[in-house]
Amino acid sequence: MAKLDSKIPAGNISEKWTNHKFNMKLVNPSNKRKFDIIVVGTGLAGASAAASLGELGYNVKAFTFHDSARRAHSIAAQGGINASKNYQNDGDSDFRLFYDTVKGGDFRAREANVHRLAEVSGNIIDQCVAQGVPFARDYGGLLDNRSFGGAQVSRTFYARGQTGQQLLLGAVSALNRQVDKGSVKLYLRREMLDVVIIDGAAKGIVVRNLLTGEIEKYSAHAVVLATGGYSNVFFLSTNAMNCNATAIWRAHKRGAYFANPCFTQIHPTCLPLHGESQSKLTLMSESLRNDGRVWVSKKKADMRNPADIPEDERDYYLERKYPSFGNLAPRDISSRAAKEVCDEGRGVKGGDAVYLDFKDAINRLGQKVIEERYGNLFEIYETITGENPYKSPMMIYPAPHYTMGGLWVDYNLMSNVPGLFVLGEANFSDHGANRLGASALMQGLADGYFVIPYTMGNYLAGDKPTLVKTDHPEFEKVAKEVKDLTNKLLSIKGKRTVDDLHKQLGRIMWDNVGMGRNEAGLKKTIEQIRQVKEEFWKNVTIPGSGDDVNQTLERAGRLVDYFELGELMALDALDRKESCGGHFREEYQFEDGEAKRDDENYSYVAAWEFAGENKWNLHKEELKYEYVKQAIRSYK
Amino acid sequence: MKAKKLNLTLNIWRQKNSKSVGSFAEYKVQVSPDASFLEMLDELNNTLELKGEEAVHFESDCREGICGTCGLVINGHAHGPLPKIATCQLHMRNFKDGETIWVEPFRAKAFPVIKDLMVDRSGFDKILQAGGYVSINTGGVPDGNTIPIQKEVSSLAMDAAACIGCGACVASCKNASAMLFVSAKVSQYALLPQGQPERYRRVERMVKVMDDLGFGSCTNTYACEAECPKGISVTNIARMNRDFMMAKIKSKEVEV
Repeated sequence: MAKLDSKIPAGNISEKWTNHKFNMKLVNPSNKRKFDIIVVGTGLAGASAAASLGELGYNVKAFTFHDSARRAHSIAAQGGINASKNYQNDGDSDFRLFYDTVKGGDFRAREANVHRLAEVSGNIIDQCVAQGVPFARDYGGLLDNRSFGGAQVSRTFYARGQTGQQLLLGAVSALNRQVDKGSVKLYLRREMLDVVIIDGAAKGIVVRNLLTGEIEKYSAHAVVLATGGYSNVFFLSTNAMNCNATAIWRAHKRGAYFANPCFTQIHPTCLPLHGESQSKLTLMSESLRNDGRVWVSKKKADMRNPADIPEDERDYYLERKYPSFGNLAPRDISSRAAKEVCDEGRGVKGGDAVYLDFKDAINRLGQKVIEERYGNLFEIYETITGENPYKSPMMIYPAPHYTMGGLWVDYNLMSNVPGLFVLGEANFSDHGANRLGASALMQGLADGYFVIPYTMGNYLAGDKPTLVKTDHPEFEKVAKEVKDLTNKLLSIKGKRTVDDLHKQLGRIMWDNVGMGRNEAGLKKTIEQIRQVKEEFWKNVTIPGSGDDVNQTLERAGRLVDYFELGELMALDALDRKESCGGHFREEYQFEDGEAKRDDENYSYVAAWEFAGENKWNLHKEELKYEYVKQAIRSYK
Repeated sequence: MKAKKLNLTLNIWRQKNSKSVGSFAEYKVQVSPDASFLEMLDELNNTLELKGEEAVHFESDCREGICGTCGLVINGHAHGPLPKIATCQLHMRNFKDGETIWVEPFRAKAFPVIKDLMVDRSGFDKILQAGGYVSINTGGVPDGNTIPIQKEVSSLAMDAAACIGCGACVASCKNASAMLFVSAKVSQYALLPQGQPERYRRVERMVKVMDDLGFGSCTNTYACEAECPKGISVTNIARMNRDFMMAKIKSKEVEV
């Protein structure tokens, strides 16, 4: 397992996927039903994978901890999905989408994967339309587009401010169709707590039935993890309350490498913090930056109301610093710029917030047009803050939103553990050090609809994995370990709550592994995390039992993994002595504060191998750029 | 910015499991008016856990009103007193200092209580699995722009598709009818060209499963629309009834 082989096919980048599809082995249609596949997670990646694999004739077992497949957090994506359709005749192409994504990712993504993503992006739109996804249309009845950060073409397809919801409902409808047909069996309210690896290959999973507390074992020829990202390590993030890293983390501890854990995305347009009891942060779609202008006062601690600050005393800092992209500068850059002005004391009334102002757009287009474009987002804003954004500007601040890092996978989306595939946000592959807006939905669906159906067949036909029964001693052993962990957690009976300890961890992570990172802070962080972890194991309290619904126990189990993952994030950030994308090391910046990348020494994927408590070995996958020249990423 | 905290009395439904008998328990809380209703429950749970007592179990996930996981009956209203929001979007500034608040699970025969405020809404998925889809496989579909759809039609379909599957319609209906939920999905496909080939077969199958699961009938009180966090219109029910009748007339004949 020592050598990382990305298995990138040979040939010109635009032919790699086509050739690879031809060269991959196939499973005969009548043999497909002889293979069992486990898919964990029913978000865009998981639902589309389970549905597509079911359609092909495999026996699929799909798992989610939710009460319904439709609840997965993909549902909350607002803005849209990118595709290189070039319907707008504005110069888009597969190559341009590929180029924008590689550049947007600050040259830390794998070229071949990204090109494939661009190639299938158009198919995704066709697929979703055929399913009955009600995308926005113009008066001629054709599909409408809007613009997103990091691109100078309009390639984002959307369904009001609910694109994720509509795409997920589409994917789940395809999944439901397979459930109806019997090719997919859906296991609801099951949380994956471990993966079972026998003779080096993934053979099944162990889950907790969240209703009965029972520890259940399931076996298959291959296991697919599509369990999302780990932004909740920060406690406060835009992720849903139950998003967690447990599935990928436990797989990591069983041997799967974790790649680029420090690449996290802090989204620039979220609602600012209101108080101590806050449970999560709310995202305001990036699409708002199409028409909203971001500004702060030129003065420090300006206590005036926004309407009383005259134009010439306002600093439209994104337009000033990045004239060609303006308010649509990529997320990492916009977030850092917001942090900078707030650190200078120029945030809203001296606090941690900046204005997102629609006054000019309303004057230019009329309130009705703005209502049509962003009505529901404006309503969300007013519901939460009690303020009317048509009258006074929105207040926004960056918040953890997405994690580019994840389990390492090769071109086939298989981890270094044979038979263990990882899709969507849970893997690391396509976004490098920063993800562009409207690309997460694209990647989730690309992986599930158009990649895994091919590469899974190649694994099954090529490696000829066998099915192991769940009474195999290894299944018993893993199940026992899972039960022991539950019992250990319940037996602590200390004096601090799970949320209290999670908030403490989150604060540490946000302060030192958030938007700005430095060596001293990161080293201190590792110590601090270990202290909180120790405190947790001595002093956490989890009332209730393990044989019943117990939400406190569920949260505790997830927090156990965040402590370890948090430490690895800090370690990875420490190792990467450069600034790139969402990873900003304060020691490595240009005089104007822009990120200073070090291509000579850090053009690699950092894939970490778990080597026992608090220990990891680093494996490097060199990144080669043959089609996009590595350059300073300028949006000026 | 620090506003004065509110002192509230909460009467919350506690029920150990589906088989046991539940009852209301009283809790006194102090909460910031900026907190959301569910954040108030988070805080309450923290104090309960510190005393070694089990947390009040309720479900929530996105806390942005889109996933449909949360759902409480607050002072007799599904998702609380304000229109067009989910429980997670309700903020405490809408309550008065000193107020008493009653918190219950969604109640319906087809939504049995699991624990405290958690209910089992899996019936909804069973209905969707009986035809709530377009029968196409991945790949081999035409280019998206080969199916032009009138903007107004697409917009109506989107209005129906906006349903978050929370179950407030069932909880607020005196008959515990699921007609608003089912008709929203039926309408989305009935309006769009993609849904036409299976239009009548779909409505027949979905309605049958809905009836089999014990959801009640619609008697046109419109309580569902009033409590729906997404404002799904009852005209969808009329559309579904029309399609259902047509389906019975056509009954399995090939449409020419």
